[in-house]
Amino acid sequence: MKNKEKRLMRGSEAIGEAAVRAGCACYFGYPITPQNELTEYMARRMMDTGRVFLQSESEIAAINMALGAASTGARVMTSSSSPGISLKQEGISFIAAMELPCVIVNIVRGGPGLGNIAPAQSDYFQATRGGGHGDYRTIVLAPASVQELYDLTRKSFELADEYRTPVLVLADGMLGQMMEPVVFNDKEILPEQLPDKPWTVKGAKDRPSRFIRSLLLDVDVEEEQNWRLYRKYQRIERREIRHEEYYMKGAELAIVAYGTAARIAKAAVKRCVEKNMRVGLIRPISLWPFPYEHIYKTAETVKHFMSFEMSTGQMVEDVQLGVKGRAEVLMYGRPGGVVPTPAELFRVISRAYNKIAREK
Amino acid sequence: MLVKTIFAGFGGQGVLLMGVCVATAAMNEDKFVTYMPSYGAEVRGGTANCTVSISTDEISSPIASSPNYVVAMNNPSLLRFQHIIKPGGYIVTNSSLVNVELGRSGVTQIQVPGSDIAEELGAMRSANMVMLGAYAAVSNVVSFQSLIDAVGEVTGKKKKELVEFNIKAIKAGHDNAKEQIKKLESIEA
Amino acid sequence: MKDAATHYCQGCGHSVIHRLTAEVIEELGIADRAVGVPPAGCAVLAYFYFDVDMIEAPHGRACAVATGIKRANPESIVFSYQGDGDLAAIGTAEAVHSANRSENITVIFVNNAVYGMTGGQMAPTTLLGQRTTTSPAAAGREAHREGYPIKVSELLASLEGSTYIERCAVNSVRAIRRTKKAIREAFLTQMNGEGFSMVEILSPCPTNWKMSPVKSWKWIDEVMTPYFPLGVIKDSRKGSKKDAG
Repeated sequence: MKNKEKRLMRGSEAIGEAAVRAGCACYFGYPITPQNELTEYMARRMMDTGRVFLQSESEIAAINMALGAASTGARVMTSSSSPGISLKQEGISFIAAMELPCVIVNIVRGGPGLGNIAPAQSDYFQATRGGGHGDYRTIVLAPASVQELYDLTRKSFELADEYRTPVLVLADGMLGQMMEPVVFNDKEILPEQLPDKPWTVKGAKDRPSRFIRSLLLDVDVEEEQNWRLYRKYQRIERREIRHEEYYMKGAELAIVAYGTAARIAKAAVKRCVEKNMRVGLIRPISLWPFPYEHIYKTAETVKHFMSFEMSTGQMVEDVQLGVKGRAEVLMYGRPGGVVPTPAELFRVISRAYNKIAREK
Repeated sequence: MLVKTIFAGFGGQGVLLMGVCVATAAMNEDKFVTYMPSYGAEVRGGTANCTVSISTDEISSPIASSPNYVVAMNNPSLLRFQHIIKPGGYIVTNSSLVNVELGRSGVTQIQVPGSDIAEELGAMRSANMVMLGAYAAVSNVVSFQSLIDAVGEVTGKKKKELVEFNIKAIKAGHDNAKEQIKKLESIEA
Repeated sequence: MKDAATHYCQGCGHSVIHRLTAEVIEELGIADRAVGVPPAGCAVLAYFYFDVDMIEAPHGRACAVATGIKRANPESIVFSYQGDGDLAAIGTAEAVHSANRSENITVIFVNNAVYGMTGGQMAPTTLLGQRTTTSPAAAGREAHREGYPIKVSELLASLEGSTYIERCAVNSVRAIRRTKKAIREAFLTQMNGEGFSMVEILSPCPTNWKMSPVKSWKWIDEVMTPYFPLGVIKDSRKGSKKDAG
């Protein structure tokens, strides 16, 4: 091998390895397809490295174990797939309210209900609107390759610590199961090398005792806490928006897609460009914060957008919020676990593009 | 260039390993590559398959709706995938076990008695390596040498004898397929 | 304990149980290692009274949160403080599995046979015949409709993983002394790394029982203890005299 650090890795393993190399000290999980490979990988790696792996009795227990472990200052992760993530929502709300850092991975499957285990993007609303009860947001990162699963999981731990907030990695069964080469461009950190956090509850040694809570019975105090969180979220919105552009220069129609859908969109857009169609792609990498501002600016010149999702249409609402009526927003979706082909999307885009051209 | 291959067989035939070996070889040749296994409930029925995509450009979907190549290790694999192969594509069948007729035209079938060759070499279990060699000869999508290296890398360099045996098996499959291709070419010529 | 007036009702057992727990922590010299996990319930504000590190848990999840803390930082002495609704209804799974894994944590389980904070609804430990706002029939709780009161200590004692389980009460000076000793044994179990310990404490709730404090003490003796017998339910520690497991 030319590059020692280049490895063919399964998506779920890349997430796990990123966590290990980020100094994740505790992992809690419960079996559910299609994310079992991640739990199994963590079982092996955490035991090998002498760290904490625990298979919990439920997703509810897992997120609350993560909550407890996070309160000691340790870097923690839990993972699940759609129905299990629904079960974790109460805990995620508490973690957000208590301002604890925690990384949560959702390998999204088809739904609602038990649905199926095929790749889907139908948890967008749940992920980007907080998901549980109360006024809060979670940072949501949407990788589109195994390399990004690695990079963004690693990044998630840093963001979680920096903002003391839960960070969600939103992937799907296809990304989790597939293998691609991964290059490790980073330096491994061991849990014991991480700096001490000044707010932990590990026993009041040589300092006054402290407590971490979310119950604020006084409405004025709760209001102030809500505004405080809000200001934090605004700070995140200013600093942590991530997106990628593809053939957007001179584009007349902008496809907006993330994760697996963005991969497919890329291929379709490329074919469009080869056929001299002025079509480009905007790929949000952070789903919250969403690149509203960028889309708004783009809509100054691009008058047609198409949200392409593996759902009946959820992100499309964010695209509309970004466009603010400046441009037309179309939607093409395949829910239920169907992964559309680039050829199919190409046909859809072509139709839309020709219609736009005729109406011009 | 984008080449998609489906490796299919029943559980235990090592079809997933075949895919990982080819994907590793492609990675080491600095190509873009994705490997996608069948998963979940699908694999409980005893059949397994995986898709390997190799390209000089970024790969959009790791799934193949119309693969260029199919390697079928048993009858159900041939029946399941024969109709989605791209016209002009190839199906490489393990003729020791595949005895149903190919039910379509427009694709070339290369029949290699993988299980029999492996048995002659002394290990029936290595039929997948024989077929891997045959696939390499038919597709030329990765070089023979990088495939050999990849197999060593994937199956573990520690077991030297196993690696050497695998190389023998790959070579046998490769030679068998090469001969058939030569014959085909001479007929066409 | 912090120098704070509690919000508890007259005759409530929580204040006593808080004090006993805090005394044991102080006497064992573990205040600088202790981390408490109060429940959702009347004791939700326990962090205003205990002068040790504390972290709130979602309703029923105290054992899971305690598990996370202990696993991440084994030097901590971790205790959850839970009521009957928290531990024996919504948090049953977490309690059962923590005991079964023999998590090295201590559970202070306050059983007052009723949901206190929410206003006196039926709890999993509400006795047969006991009237509550959600078992309002003249006959009170009836097994055919509302099932039986759960004996949590016996349930958890049946698990291989549980190490030390004792049931006590706080309705007399003698009982209170006995409870303190039990809490001490439970913390010692954890300090010695011997696994899951729990003290179930029968505790009066005069407000929701609609009784005077004195009458509620008697009610514990006359009605509760015949169904929830006091004593060491399980002690499988090394060198222990009683190993009921």
